[in-house]
Amino acid sequence: MDSRYEVEFKVRGDDFLAAGEASNQIKETLIMLGVPSPISRRASVITYEAEMNLVIHSGGGILRAIITPEKLTIEAKDQGPGIPDLDLAMREGFSTASDKVREMGFGAGMGLPNIKRNSDCLQIDSLIGKGTILTATVFFHQGEGNRG
Amino acid sequence: MNLKEIVSCIGAETLHGEDLLEKVEVEKAYASDLMSDVLAFAWPGTLLLTGLTNVQIVRTAQMMDIPAVVFVRGKRPQEEAVALAKNIGMPLLVSSMSMYETCGLLYKAGLSPCVIPAREA
Repeated sequence: MDSRYEVEFKVRGDDFLAAGEASNQIKETLIMLGVPSPISRRASVITYEAEMNLVIHSGGGILRAIITPEKLTIEAKDQGPGIPDLDLAMREGFSTASDKVREMGFGAGMGLPNIKRNSDCLQIDSLIGKGTILTATVFFHQGEGNRG
Repeated sequence: MNLKEIVSCIGAETLHGEDLLEKVEVEKAYASDLMSDVLAFAWPGTLLLTGLTNVQIVRTAQMMDIPAVVFVRGKRPQEEAVALAKNIGMPLLVSSMSMYETCGLLYKAGLSPCVIPAREA
């Protein structure tokens, strides 16, 4: 693997048909680079949930994956409404999603907890009215982070 | 169990992937109408059963390395979901029975559940 590999996708808000395409391309990139499946699956959950958040809550945004020999960093950046209460948003079952989104099987309040569960490190910086930057890291070798 | 045995067990209709039925083997099943729950609890290689029909079902399955989807209650997946499944070679089955009955038959036939890890209160 080269020392650094970066892919970036623009995710459109409310485009439920295309939602997941960026995550799939990131997954394919990881497979192409020889990342083992348990890691690529964890990465897939993170990217897919983050991508759905961009589609559902933020009016779209940028999804980026940065891959180095040591780790994968996934960044989801938007200029959406921001998260008013991050502790609440991290709780399983809490969701502000619309009925339409729930009818599609999302908005069960599992998105951010799922991202956290699959990340070794997770940082969320959110400003009301300005947007949110989510940065999740997955280490390729155990013992380099504190998963959970 | 391969998908052909599953089709026979629940009397399912094959919407796509007839040629893959004998090749795709599953040991476990997970049934849910909540896709985030699938992302949280389904094991890779699991058969997914759902009553939802949109394209995100196939996308979620793809993300989780789920090899096939059974739509229950006779629900038929939307056109976009079938198109994506065809594109990625994922068999789609339809059971006319309820989620409960479909799952019951598969459980009885030996498909294991995905064990949910102990959760914090």
